[in-house]
Amino acid sequence: MTKEAAAYVERTSFDVRAREALDDKRLREAVAYNTGVLGEKRKTAIAEISNFEQLRNAAASIRESSISRLGALLDLWSQNLTRAGGRVHWARNAEEAVAAVRSIVDRKAGGNGTHGTIVAKGKSMASEEIHLNEALDEAGAEVVETDLGEFIIQLAKEPPSHIIAPALHKDRFEVADLFTTDGGKAVSAEIPEEASYARERLRKVFLDAGVGITGVNFAVAETGSICLVENEGNGRMCSSLPSVHVAIMGMERIVGDLEELDVMLNLLARSATGQALTVYTNLITGPRRSGEADGPEELHVVVLDGGRRAALDNEFSSALNCIRCGACLNVCPVYRQVGGHVYNSVYSGPIGAVLTPILRPDDPAAAELPEASSLCGACTEVCPVQIPLHDLLARLRAKHSVKSASRTRRWGFKLWSLAWSRRWGWKISLVFTRLALRCAERFGALPALGWLGNWQKERDLPRITNQQQWGKARGKTRGEGTTKAMEASRS
Amino acid sequence: MRSDIVPRVSEALFFAGCLMELMQPDTCEAAVQVLRRAGVRPKAVNRAVCCGQPAYNSGFVDDARRVAAHTLKAVSKATKDPSEPFIVASGSCAAMISRHWPELFEGTRRAEEAKGVAARTVELTVLLASRLEKTADPAHVDDRAANGEGETKGERRESVVVLDSCHGLREIHSGEAIRKVLNSAGCDVLTAPGSERCCGFGGLFSVKMPDVSVAMADEKLDLLSSMDCETVVGCDLSCLIHLGGRAQRRGLKLEFKHAASVLADRTEIRRTSRRQ
Repeated sequence: MTKEAAAYVERTSFDVRAREALDDKRLREAVAYNTGVLGEKRKTAIAEISNFEQLRNAAASIRESSISRLGALLDLWSQNLTRAGGRVHWARNAEEAVAAVRSIVDRKAGGNGTHGTIVAKGKSMASEEIHLNEALDEAGAEVVETDLGEFIIQLAKEPPSHIIAPALHKDRFEVADLFTTDGGKAVSAEIPEEASYARERLRKVFLDAGVGITGVNFAVAETGSICLVENEGNGRMCSSLPSVHVAIMGMERIVGDLEELDVMLNLLARSATGQALTVYTNLITGPRRSGEADGPEELHVVVLDGGRRAALDNEFSSALNCIRCGACLNVCPVYRQVGGHVYNSVYSGPIGAVLTPILRPDDPAAAELPEASSLCGACTEVCPVQIPLHDLLARLRAKHSVKSASRTRRWGFKLWSLAWSRRWGWKISLVFTRLALRCAERFGALPALGWLGNWQKERDLPRITNQQQWGKARGKTRGEGTTKAMEASRS
Repeated sequence: MRSDIVPRVSEALFFAGCLMELMQPDTCEAAVQVLRRAGVRPKAVNRAVCCGQPAYNSGFVDDARRVAAHTLKAVSKATKDPSEPFIVASGSCAAMISRHWPELFEGTRRAEEAKGVAARTVELTVLLASRLEKTADPAHVDDRAANGEGETKGERRESVVVLDSCHGLREIHSGEAIRKVLNSAGCDVLTAPGSERCCGFGGLFSVKMPDVSVAMADEKLDLLSSMDCETVVGCDLSCLIHLGGRAQRRGLKLEFKHAASVLADRTEIRRTSRRQ
């Protein structure tokens, strides 16, 4: 690792950011409460159906098979969509994706830059990934997020802190402040009043927008459709009111046919928000056809690679099975304490700690994210498509440790393993550890060095109990006649 | 004692785990005692040291393999009978061996050996619970009592809160087992809210990200304190030590005990009350 890289990692280290988050009482309360609610709703929703585990198995194999024949499915899908009048733009990276969207918006503005064009935007994690809003703003367009959560964090000038509930870390009082500043007149912290402010504000955006941008939950190869699920109706507004609809999709979000889509939708809503289905399920196959009353004149889908293709063939490819439900965030005990911003990535929580270093393999700060887990496995347990998240986290640590662990850590583990792979080495460390802990008992603490210091900062060291007995007993538990020997040694 | 009723005394290999051997030798002994009463003759694998988990979870796979190989050899040498169970008194070590050793040794000359050991590895409370099932015939109540199970007259039951460990719960599914054995030993078993949530230990996570780890411990401790019961029992010493250390620093009145030591104490109480 170069010096600059090391300094960058140090400055942006997860631990440093986490400490800041831990001091933010309001954030911690909001995150713990909201993830708790979502987690409970999920439990209820999966208890409603008797075949949840079967569905999970089915979903995992559907995703696996989709990923394994990704190229063929994407070809078929794009042919079908083109036939239905849509246009597909392939983007290898963020720059290409942004350029594609910009050129569409530019054209809409009549070639004179994008001055004044209002862009109504629905929720899209892929668009966050490519930092689309900044780029369009720079170009002079006015981008307004229309998903309530996204609207809130846009006003706060923050990135999303959760995959499906981007403003989950904010309470209603913070929202009231943001709306008051935005509208220039007081909005109280009552939810109905806040909702009605947003509704009025956004309705105008829908009507004035020249371009609507949305995400894509799934693309269906067989029909050439894109599927968009949402609860607020804003997605449908964005995709049908403006004359141009641009959808941005991660290239892995494809299923073979509508039957497969059915399985995925059932699991997605239950895992994400605890609903049987979201309020709106939009299945869009091309722009408005002649004779149809509504819908956009143009439909563009930008398909983003952004590091996905490179991950297709490696040991982490199962991370691409993710359907962005956010269930792993809601049960993650680390996320629960610190929220999503500390991950410094569009994707937070366990899936973020896995996906980010996969999509950004050259970013040293991303390589550190897999450490932000106690490997408790709660994420793996809830994942609707059975991604072995905590195993992937451990594997990513292995990849990282080979590449860039500090020399101290590498040698530390080597010496440790040399000692503990022989009996006498173990015995020596046994004696030393016990001696050290006895000293700690005597003098209150041990020197606050490295990991030892980290433990002692806010925890006491353990005490050794009754050291003599086991040595004797262990010797005597071997072979025949041990019961008598044990009894004798105890009496 | 009729040999056709009471399960035959069977031999098994026993490994307490490095942490228990380092910190709580008396709990190791308690585990052995408890096993004996359940009709198992444990043979300690004397040369076993560590399952390699700390390095494995930190991504130092080669170092983990080196340490694990030593223990693997020790286990293989300790018995000639490949059907003999290998009892491990720690949920996370049992999970490491049974779930991750096959992968760790894949492609090495010890691959088959590792798979074999993984297949016969069983966590202490899981084994005890399975022994209970075998003897759970009501006709043999006296023998069950002799094995330290079931009710004995005049015995005082005590309340304990179970600390579910993540590996126990999700990787080796011992959540039910620990409750069952504690209950049959005369404990009223309580479960704290949020019991399935990690306590923040996570091995070296606890020292790599100490602030987050302690925040997680604090939430766990608050929930445990709300239970009105001072004894917390688990089958992973590491989690118990982590929470114990934090509780002590906070001055909380909670006692953290490994299931083995509670079970041993309970059988002792039972023997005394029977004598009276």
